[in-house]
Amino acid sequence: MNEWPGLGTAFWLQLTRDLRLAFRHIGQAANPLMFFVMVTTLFPLALSPAPELLQAIAPGVIWVSALLASLLAAESLFRQDVEDGTMEQLALSPQPLSLLLLAKTTAHWLMTGLPLVLMAPIVGHALFLPGDAVPETMLALLLATPVLSLAGAVMAALTVGLRRGGGLLSLLILPIVMPVLIFGARATDMAMQGLDVGGVMYLLAAILLLAVSLAPAGMAAAMRISLD
Amino acid sequence: MFAFIHKLGSPPHFWRLSGTMVPWFSWFAVVLIAVGTVGGLWVAPPDYQQLDAFRIIYFHVPSAWLSQFGYVVMAAAAAVGLIWRIKLAHAVAAACAPIGASFTVVALATGSIWGKPMWGTWWVWDARLTSTLVLLFLYFGYMALRAAIDDENRADRASALLAIIGVINIPIIKYSVEWWNTLHQPATISKIGKPSMDPEMLVPLLVMWLGFTFFFFAVLMVRTRAELIARERNKKWLREVIGRG
Repeated sequence: MNEWPGLGTAFWLQLTRDLRLAFRHIGQAANPLMFFVMVTTLFPLALSPAPELLQAIAPGVIWVSALLASLLAAESLFRQDVEDGTMEQLALSPQPLSLLLLAKTTAHWLMTGLPLVLMAPIVGHALFLPGDAVPETMLALLLATPVLSLAGAVMAALTVGLRRGGGLLSLLILPIVMPVLIFGARATDMAMQGLDVGGVMYLLAAILLLAVSLAPAGMAAAMRISLD
Repeated sequence: MFAFIHKLGSPPHFWRLSGTMVPWFSWFAVVLIAVGTVGGLWVAPPDYQQLDAFRIIYFHVPSAWLSQFGYVVMAAAAAVGLIWRIKLAHAVAAACAPIGASFTVVALATGSIWGKPMWGTWWVWDARLTSTLVLLFLYFGYMALRAAIDDENRADRASALLAIIGVINIPIIKYSVEWWNTLHQPATISKIGKPSMDPEMLVPLLVMWLGFTFFFFAVLMVRTRAELIARERNKKWLREVIGRG
């Protein structure tokens, strides 16, 4: 069986393929980022542009918007590959499906999750988030957005074959990722007040490790059920 | 042992067994809940702090327990169905979800009614209440996923996987009152070693708890039988036991 590429090579090939595809439809990949920015601009419009108020709600707004943007992104994660039959080939290939789906999710996170982390300082500035809290918020988002992508990937794999999947997907993802929202918003909030965020960061990191180790198996199991 | 389990997995055997057990469980539930209600509302002395308002505990604690226990039963049945491909287990899981969701609603509602005089508010965003609300969302998600998939076999397996993933929430609810400093009081029953309640209060609560649990299993069996009628409608054995062609 030596003619098959190794696990690392398979992961890399899947990752680069997905990134290349995403860059060819860059407008589609940028949608969640646009959504993130637009949702955050809704709050000053709907509530009041007063800096004190915006500063008080900034952690919540940033985290809820990031969560919603990741929900929007999860929808398109596996759909195209399932529709054109690529996914069946992946499932039939000798490489572990969990590894290939993890590669796809990684590419997805690089295109939709990482931009949210990079955009956070600008959005934070617009909401009068104190400059001191920005690095902590970015670090927390860096730990949390992969969890959102992984949880979204498991649920997307479960619902991928369904015609009325959209609203259902949000209903499935939201309860699972609520702890991430709680700890993430808490990290930003504590950083704003000058408190030590170490404990919350370790918790977010622990959730990320748990998600990275369990989610690929869940994705593969869900995908095999969906492909049946 | 294995023969027993193997037999239990067969729908006709379950049909016969549950047929004899449902009346027993129902009567146990009726008697125990009646005794527990009398004991809780009249016999038990008023609480020194909460006076008579604490008596809602006799409905709140058993339903909160069943909201979590129901999820564990559902997830365990789902796992059995997913791993050993036992169709009856999937039917049990499907029958369990609405019961568990109902008990979650009852637990949240009685908790709110209890919270209003005690905490001065219907709802607080503390860990126990929030995680119970998340449990309700998990039940809704499970039922929505099951409803969205037309193919029965696929619906069974997809929702089973979802139920297993959701089990993560159960320890969070269970230990939320210990991990976080919450407004919700710590567990009442669990301290079997040295109960924090007077026996006159505790005994009716245990009776209620047992009665609610019997009620849960009685309803679960009735609902599973209904699921079986829907799922096995073309099978010969079902026509024979129901007696109509």
